[in-house]
Amino acid sequence: MSFIYLLMILMLAIFLGFELIRKVPATLHTPLMSGANAVSGITLIGAIAYSGNENLLLAQILGSVSVFLATINVVGGYMVTDRMLAMFKSK
Amino acid sequence: MLNTELIINAVYVLSAALFILGLKLLSHPSTARRGNKLSAIGMLVAICVTLSDQNILAYEWIIVAIVAGSAVGAFIAKKVQLTEMPEMVSLLNGVGGLASLLVALAMLETDTAIDSYLAVIVLLAIAIGGITFSGSVVAWAKLSGKVAKLISSGSTVFSGQAFVNAFIVIAIFVLGALVVIYPQTANSTVYVYSFVALCIILGVMLVIPIGGADMPVVISLLNSYSGLAACAAGMALNNNLLIVAGALVGASGIILTSVMCKAMNRSLINVLFSGFQTVKTTEIKIEGEVKPLAADDAYYVLEAAQSVVVIPGYGMAVAQAQHSMKELQVLLEENGAEVVYGIHPVAGRMPGHMNVLLAEADVPYELLLEMDEVNARMTNFDVAIVIGANDVVNPAAREIEGSPIYGMPIINADLAKNVFILKRGMASGFAGIENPLFFKDNARMIFGDAKDTINTIIRQFAD
Repeated sequence: MSFIYLLMILMLAIFLGFELIRKVPATLHTPLMSGANAVSGITLIGAIAYSGNENLLLAQILGSVSVFLATINVVGGYMVTDRMLAMFKSK
Repeated sequence: MLNTELIINAVYVLSAALFILGLKLLSHPSTARRGNKLSAIGMLVAICVTLSDQNILAYEWIIVAIVAGSAVGAFIAKKVQLTEMPEMVSLLNGVGGLASLLVALAMLETDTAIDSYLAVIVLLAIAIGGITFSGSVVAWAKLSGKVAKLISSGSTVFSGQAFVNAFIVIAIFVLGALVVIYPQTANSTVYVYSFVALCIILGVMLVIPIGGADMPVVISLLNSYSGLAACAAGMALNNNLLIVAGALVGASGIILTSVMCKAMNRSLINVLFSGFQTVKTTEIKIEGEVKPLAADDAYYVLEAAQSVVVIPGYGMAVAQAQHSMKELQVLLEENGAEVVYGIHPVAGRMPGHMNVLLAEADVPYELLLEMDEVNARMTNFDVAIVIGANDVVNPAAREIEGSPIYGMPIINADLAKNVFILKRGMASGFAGIENPLFFKDNARMIFGDAKDTINTIIRQFAD
């Protein structure tokens, strides 16, 4: 049953995503992609639990590397998107 | 439900709302920056609350990993040149894919009594993550041209490639089935890591046959995959926020992919497998002759012009001509002319590439018009200046039925009263097709480096 419940969330999120992103103008498509990079770093919150568990060394190493990589995405993605968006100026 | 778990999930709802609001504000350049900040706050809140998870026994490794990742991320974000954004996005796509792959592996290592439904989803996360990772690394290599000897920026095809790919896909399915059916046998580790290796190889095989001109599609698609990998990891970990955020990223990439495909009048399948088709050489003779023009003479036409449209392409990025162009734009405006920019969806190496470069040069976003807008009034422009663009202004798409790009929507630069084409030489574009625009009566070629040419015209204005 929990699988169906997760599937429901997935389905709603995809439709919501389509509706929102269709409204993003072409001029902002590059910041949209780098912003998406940052959001996909959300994997971080899944990896934290493994990185903090000392019971299994291999899982801890995998989790920690994952935390490291996902943080690059989060910090790098948001910062570079901000840098770009700051340049979009009106007349 | 434990108390902390309840709090964590409640905060995740807030984070999801902030991500969605952030995307909504991205619908206009004036609110976009605020949207990005909201999204970042959502992420920060989610990370902080996750740290209170009761399964965490020690914080040393987490802190080291987060600090190191932040340092690397901040360094890249500060140092990257905006012309290199396609490379950066490509690399981040790959990093995201790898992160999801590793989480899924960590889950397999921890959870030995995994049931088959969960095993399928974990393998799915590994497969998407692996393909995203290696595919993005190849795309990055093609874009940066750093490993040109190893991976050509064009398409790489060897005989029997389709056969090899089919074999890899079958092997992936067989290994996946073995992992699901025999999760606890001694061999299962071997199966899992072979599965990982094959998915990584598949990612390489899928991207090497795709040529440089199709990179906007590939980057968009891999962007989508990096989200879907996070989504699959979320399904496995039973984490709502991972699913919502991953789905938003997945949807974004899919929309951009379809925008790019439409702008090239091709299907996704056609783009992904185009390297396998034999190139058709069209034997169409173009009548007329190329008329070169000196930059000095271009000045007299521009000086008299009332309205000018600038059509940039990847060549503008290569020549770094956007700053000079902005200078020329100001001079033209002071001279009483209207200047706008016409931007084709696939100009450059990624969606929106030209817009970012022009924004960097302080060109106001109101002047950046989309293809349809600029085409509607093309016949009224006195001068169209084409800077380093080729295929996106090729009238063969409209006129020559046998042409490989026939039917592709283009910016109709040839319909303007005068067309100046700033170009290094007569080489054809990525599509490798002759461009009849160069032979039109109203077209003049200004050969040389685009930046030098524009600077020459600027000097004429100053005198």
